[in-house]
Amino acid sequence: MRTRAAAIAFVAALVCAATAAAASGPSPQQVQQGKSLYGRYCLSCHGMNGSGVAPSRVIGAGPGRDQEQQNAVAPPLRGVGARAADFYLRTGYMPLQKLGLQPRRSKSPLSPSQMDALIAYIASLGKGPPVPKPQPARGNLSEGMQLFTANCAGCHQIVAEGGYVTGAVPPPLEDDSSTQIAEAVRIGPFVMPTFSEKQISDRQLDSIIAYVQYAKHPDDRGGWAIGHLGPVPEGLVAWFIAAVALVAVCMVIGKRLTSH
Amino acid sequence: MIRKLVRFLDQRTGTAPLVRKTLRYLFPDHWSFLLGEVALYAFIVLVATGTYLALFYQDGTATVTYHGPYLPLRGQEMTEAYRSVVNISTTVKAGLLIRQTHHWAADVFVASIVLHLLRIFFTGAYRKPRELTYWIGLTILIVALLEGYLGYSMVDDLLSGMGLAIGYGVALSIPFFGSNIAAWIWGGPFPGQHEFFARMYIVHVFLIPALIAVLLAAHLGLVAMRHHTQFKASRRETERKLVGVPMFPGQAPRSLGLFFAVAGVLFLLGGLVQINPIWLWGPFHTYSSTNGAQPDWYLGWLIGALRLVPSFDLVIDGYTLVPNPFWGGVAFPGVVFTFLFLWPLMERKVTGDTAFHNVLQRPREAPWRTAIGVAMVTWVTLVFIAGGADRIDVLFDISYTAQIWAYRVLIWVGPVIAGVVAYRACIELQRGEPVEHDRERAEHEAKAAATVQDVA
Amino acid sequence: MARVKDLLVSAALLAAGRRRPKLHADREPIVPPGEERPGSELAVIVLLFATALFAAAFIAVYALDRLPNQTQLLGASLGLAFLCLAAALILIGKRLVVTEEIEEDYPVVEHESEQEAIAQVVADSGSRFTRRRLVKASFGVAGGVLGAALITPAASLGPFLDVEPFYATTWKRGRRLVDEKGKPWRADDIEQSTFYTAFPEGADKEALPSSVVLVRLPPHDFKLPKAIANYPAQGIVAYSKICTHAGCAISLYRAPLFQPDEPRPALVCPCHYSTFDPATGGTVLFGPAGRKLPMLPLYVDRKGYLRAAGTYDEPVGPSWWGVRMRKPKPA
Repeated sequence: MRTRAAAIAFVAALVCAATAAAASGPSPQQVQQGKSLYGRYCLSCHGMNGSGVAPSRVIGAGPGRDQEQQNAVAPPLRGVGARAADFYLRTGYMPLQKLGLQPRRSKSPLSPSQMDALIAYIASLGKGPPVPKPQPARGNLSEGMQLFTANCAGCHQIVAEGGYVTGAVPPPLEDDSSTQIAEAVRIGPFVMPTFSEKQISDRQLDSIIAYVQYAKHPDDRGGWAIGHLGPVPEGLVAWFIAAVALVAVCMVIGKRLTSH
Repeated sequence: MIRKLVRFLDQRTGTAPLVRKTLRYLFPDHWSFLLGEVALYAFIVLVATGTYLALFYQDGTATVTYHGPYLPLRGQEMTEAYRSVVNISTTVKAGLLIRQTHHWAADVFVASIVLHLLRIFFTGAYRKPRELTYWIGLTILIVALLEGYLGYSMVDDLLSGMGLAIGYGVALSIPFFGSNIAAWIWGGPFPGQHEFFARMYIVHVFLIPALIAVLLAAHLGLVAMRHHTQFKASRRETERKLVGVPMFPGQAPRSLGLFFAVAGVLFLLGGLVQINPIWLWGPFHTYSSTNGAQPDWYLGWLIGALRLVPSFDLVIDGYTLVPNPFWGGVAFPGVVFTFLFLWPLMERKVTGDTAFHNVLQRPREAPWRTAIGVAMVTWVTLVFIAGGADRIDVLFDISYTAQIWAYRVLIWVGPVIAGVVAYRACIELQRGEPVEHDRERAEHEAKAAATVQDVA
Repeated sequence: MARVKDLLVSAALLAAGRRRPKLHADREPIVPPGEERPGSELAVIVLLFATALFAAAFIAVYALDRLPNQTQLLGASLGLAFLCLAAALILIGKRLVVTEEIEEDYPVVEHESEQEAIAQVVADSGSRFTRRRLVKASFGVAGGVLGAALITPAASLGPFLDVEPFYATTWKRGRRLVDEKGKPWRADDIEQSTFYTAFPEGADKEALPSSVVLVRLPPHDFKLPKAIANYPAQGIVAYSKICTHAGCAISLYRAPLFQPDEPRPALVCPCHYSTFDPATGGTVLFGPAGRKLPMLPLYVDRKGYLRAAGTYDEPVGPSWWGVRMRKPKPA
């Protein structure tokens, strides 16, 4: 009887401790683990304690990047907060493989728990914004479409299929989670504008995210959407499906020139 | 029963001799002669589906607020025109099918005209006495390009609105009277008067279809009156003797079958492959734009040209003689169509060949024509591909700016190389023919000799 | 009951019965006869029934409009109906009617005697005219001027001769900048590394001169020519949103997060990628535009609102012959 009660009390205490630990944020062990990961993956470009590196200096091979000498130059990370760290690490934009080129979404060399640690460390480098918690269900789809058209479609295309701006490639947004969309809007990574709460309120951002989520699987009542890109794939279908089929019918109906 | 019907008609119209002649009108038989028919049948589908759409489309530019079933547009401001097309696409039963079939038919109409034109050019079918037929056909092509452009611009969606703005920019770029022409068409600076959409509507559903119908009738009439050209497939075909399949009973079921095949393919596409989902693009505003906007494929050569021209307005003493879009938007298509129109005369002048021609040439039999034609096609195709360089950067990570520079060189070098290669290919194919002929004859004789031996 | 039986028997006969068509034994056939192909005939019949089936499916799908993927089912059924009919006809054409290859003369090249006769008729008809050239010239004049008269009403379509509208703008000194919903912009609203769209208060937003794009740059980044050096207000600049190449809206702003490693700030047009530098007055960095972006002078009023200090330094929109000849007119 007593041992059973003691066991229950012990388990209950453990659960409480775990919940408390989770609720109170990253543990010192996480931050320490993050620091050592920082040393391996980030230090050569972002400098000691996230001080940044500029002007550029030559660095050599390292984990997560191409095995050659590269010119490293990187912004300081003090005060960027968990928001930036979460965005860049979860998307795989960082660690950057080829320095000097636009970061691309890629598979990160870090595991999710390693990312948690690294985010905890970078968040500790000065007070910065936390990971946002958007609520797209509260957003309005129509308002989102209008805001997206006005602020985003010029680069990302009206249904977020991605596009081109001189010197950069705004990516398609089909792989972005609601959190990542919110983070990108607020950070403005690479050459993307930085939209603050003053310009796009959190509620408006909810609407934009609702629209982007919709755009991943929009209303394709017309059939096969061929990429939602408009006339270019349509022209390819007209030539390589319709024209090919109809020329084939002509060849069945008519004669071919035999050699004389 | 047929006899009774024919008798009834002949007594009232006197057309029995004409009908008999028509029934036995001869069609030389080659599959490439059917390409023009594909265009004709696509046109018929266009008129049929277009008539249906015209009964639902509203050409108004008054601003309305959308309250229909498509949620992302609810509460947005748009023109009546745009709303009517969203309505056709979402609310009218079978509306989206007919709309998409109409748009696919337009794409296929122009594609088949181009294929047909290539066949006409590379076989010398435009030569005397068929120059008129050729020029009328070219006119139909030009008019078809305009008709398609107007058709998708009437919708007033974001994508086509951007295209109209560019059309306005190109009109403005015409030296000396660009602004006058633009102001005349639009009723003032862009976006123009409210009547502009009514004008597009009338031109698209009445004036141009009537024009195409008249031109088509003349085109087909001329073909029938001079009779169709033919390949020299055997000893029987000559410049004087036509060998062909009569309209009835041979050709009619085949042509009718082709018509239903065209209709079938177009309706299949219209139902199964989405085209121009304008509800996704949203309504047009002069202050809005989206990345990745392109015109329909048959105008893609123009966007490539517009993007390739380096940055300069030709200015003389404060007078802007040639604004930038002129080169890509007017001069480039102008050169191509002038070349096509003048080609029969140029060829006659250079070769001195003013004879009547009813027999077609295979491309290899006219190496210069083939080489020049291939060079021209290469030029237009390279410019066309350059128009998609931004998507190529997005997909394959090849710098857009670098591509533009590469294309600026390639569009001049490529056609020369292609022309030279085509010329040599023609010569080599021609050289190979007597060799091939001798080889076949030797085989045939060997087989005959073997058979005789067997019998013996 | 007997009627129904008759009907069924007729239908069965129709389906199963076969009959060789009667030939006129006394006449030469015009169309040569050919062998029977019952297999092909059956295939044609099956295809025609398939056509009917698919067409019926189309009608059914149309009627049951609660079905999902309506458009796809409608298109598939009608398309397949047409294709089956096409196959039936092509099969008839290739295997069930005789393919004759007939020889015939091409029509005569020309009819020289008729040509001469026509020319002669026309020439003879003019025998009573004594001053032919003058009559012809008179017809020419009459036709030309009458033709011009008939074309003249076409000028009503638009202000063909009036270029004033191309210099008109919807801005003037004191006009407030507002957003798409009509709310006025304050200088404090405008932050760096992002862009905003503004319109003149009370004006038509769709007019090309109306829309401007607003950006704020660090004051030491500007390298403006003297004539427009005082156009920015507190580092905020406004440029026409309409590209000077072909008229699309400039809705892209390249805003580097980390300057040393990224391309510099620029306004970009999505149509042909004309790229403009906001720090130098809108000069062209890349792309086909042949003219810089028109710039709108700004000032901040006592209440902190952004207002236009005048109108643009150049006419807005794509270039045309007179675009560099005059300054634009304020509203």
